[in-house]
Amino acid sequence: MSIQVSLPSEMTLTASEKRSAYLANLLKLAQSSPANLPWLNELRDHAALRVQEQAFPTQRDEEWRFTDLSTLLQTPLEAVTPQQVSAAAIAPFVLPEASQLVFVDGIYAPELSNTANLPETLRVGNLAALERYSDRLQPYLGKQPGAEEVFTALNTAGLTDAAVVWVPKGVAIDTPIHLLFLATATSATLIQPRVLVVAETNSAVTLIEDYGAIGTGAYLTNAVTEIWIADNAEVNHTRVQRDGHHAFHIGKTAVSQARTSRYTCNAVSLGAKLSRHHLEIYQTGAQTETTLNGLTLLHGEQIGDTHSTIALTQPHGTTRQLHKCIVDDKGHAVFNGKVFVPQAAQMTDAGQLNRNLLLSPKARIDTKPQLEIVADNVKCTHGATVGQLEADEVFYLQSRGIDAADARQLLVYAFAYEVIEKIAIASLRRTLSDLVQCRSMAVRN
Amino acid sequence: MIIDNSSEILAVKNLTANVGETPILKGMNLEVKAGEIHAIMGPNGSGKSTFSKVLAGHPAYEVTGGDIQFQGQNLLELEPEERARSGIFLAFQYPLEIPGVSNLDFLRVAYNSKRKHLGEEELDAFDFDELIQERLDVVKMDASFLSRSVNEGFSGGEKKRNEILQMALLEPKLAILDETDSGLDIDALRIVAGGVNQLSTAENAIVVITHYQRLLDYIIPDYIHVMANGRIIRTGGKELALALEDRGYDWVLEEAAAGAGS
Repeated sequence: MSIQVSLPSEMTLTASEKRSAYLANLLKLAQSSPANLPWLNELRDHAALRVQEQAFPTQRDEEWRFTDLSTLLQTPLEAVTPQQVSAAAIAPFVLPEASQLVFVDGIYAPELSNTANLPETLRVGNLAALERYSDRLQPYLGKQPGAEEVFTALNTAGLTDAAVVWVPKGVAIDTPIHLLFLATATSATLIQPRVLVVAETNSAVTLIEDYGAIGTGAYLTNAVTEIWIADNAEVNHTRVQRDGHHAFHIGKTAVSQARTSRYTCNAVSLGAKLSRHHLEIYQTGAQTETTLNGLTLLHGEQIGDTHSTIALTQPHGTTRQLHKCIVDDKGHAVFNGKVFVPQAAQMTDAGQLNRNLLLSPKARIDTKPQLEIVADNVKCTHGATVGQLEADEVFYLQSRGIDAADARQLLVYAFAYEVIEKIAIASLRRTLSDLVQCRSMAVRN
Repeated sequence: MIIDNSSEILAVKNLTANVGETPILKGMNLEVKAGEIHAIMGPNGSGKSTFSKVLAGHPAYEVTGGDIQFQGQNLLELEPEERARSGIFLAFQYPLEIPGVSNLDFLRVAYNSKRKHLGEEELDAFDFDELIQERLDVVKMDASFLSRSVNEGFSGGEKKRNEILQMALLEPKLAILDETDSGLDIDALRIVAGGVNQLSTAENAIVVITHYQRLLDYIIPDYIHVMANGRIIRTGGKELALALEDRGYDWVLEEAAAGAGS
């Protein structure tokens, strides 16, 4: 008797097989570039196993319920081939106040980077340049909780390099550090940026993590940022996602906060065809302060998903979260804000507010505040609003001679500005204000 | 002031208007000439605020009949912003807060939209700054209010002063003050009324909508109209306000009903 074995062809693959094949290909792409440092291999191999154990997410997974990744599945990706980019091409992204590390398609570009203004004590650079500190970096890289998540593990499985910002004990840096990740979008590639930030005891640093594109093609950015904040240290983090119109962006920010540390994240997301940002805060000491401000601006058929998790474990934590979405056309915004307050996290003061502005009848928002509170002596508030521009607001401006279109633009801008104004870097505030104004110019009746 | 043969600013004839299906204005008539100050009083729900919003062109109110002429043009054909640029100004009972838009930028955009309409050159930030500093005195406002977001975190009195500041800047032909006195303490009331009096000239006209005689101690009207059930039922001089203060509205309503019945 002979057994006929037929390999499944593209035509006969089930949806689930297609997803597995897609994920397997992502892993293959990730692994195709070798690690620059030998000690990364163990980390990579371990993460690759985690990817292999998991399935590509679908809307049946609670975490991905509102965000459909099927358009990504229809986008075949390939490995990055290094591209040359001129200083002129990145000029629009440069922030004059900041020192900068530039990565092009995920590959460090020393000729475009400039860290001359930073003090010697600070260790800022790519992982390879900081090889002599490997022993000190190893306990941090890839060690945040949640590293097993499939896209995070995929990033680690392909870890070749990273942007590293190490702020030693007691050092407060005035100069902001701009980590600029640019995609050339010359072909549909998998780009996997990685950031590691360690702020030692009593240190302070301001970071801008910035994703943008020079070209207009499709690509997938799968970014992971790990931030470790030691006792009484402070990290002010601005994250800008302005990827190209045909891009996919999946990003993770994982932050561990030790005793009396302070973390602020201002996340502005306006690019990409489909974007997801997962922000995870892990409290490891008492009396931490966490401030999360988010703005998502969508139009066309963009999907923009923000998931945040604040996992408190210690008493006297304070968290403040404001997330705003402005959705036009057939855009679709998703917000899921989890706050965990277990028994040990007594005296927590947690506030969450999600405000959404829908500018067209086909715009959509799914919002899901999720507070799980066990501790009994805490102050926790949350709220979500979904609305349109108020006719009374537009009328007020019209009654002062401002025409209806300008009035709407002004009101949309004002709605967004509440988040933008919190960004500490003036030039970036201006750039983002302009981007928002360009967007809201298109607001119709 | 009543001026013989002064030009007509506003002529409202048989105006009817609805909110949704509900008729609110039911045959409103009013004539206002240059130089005059008119007060419209009346019980709650008589249609006073609706009338002010219809004049300014609020989209929630549907005009179902009648006519409004403003300086000889058909006001009902104009969009709210066109009315504003042509010289209609409504001081809101509840001025809106606009976080994120600085008061200075808002005032400049509003001012320049009027200049543009008049075919005049727009003022740049520098020249505008000079102009606004001078107008701040009208309502005794501190310059620090300019850098704050429009009305955000302003007290009730500050919001109303900000309204009058806008009036001072836009120099309307017809200013309608919708319960500008509500929520003001006596000092704020004096400042606001003082501002309005400074802005009153022989060329413009003011319609004051109020519940109370109190404001009319400071802004002396030439005419007082009593509104009830969507129209004006009595018109008199400034002495009418005192009678209303003493005796309430009931006697006016009764006399009007008797008059209608006879």
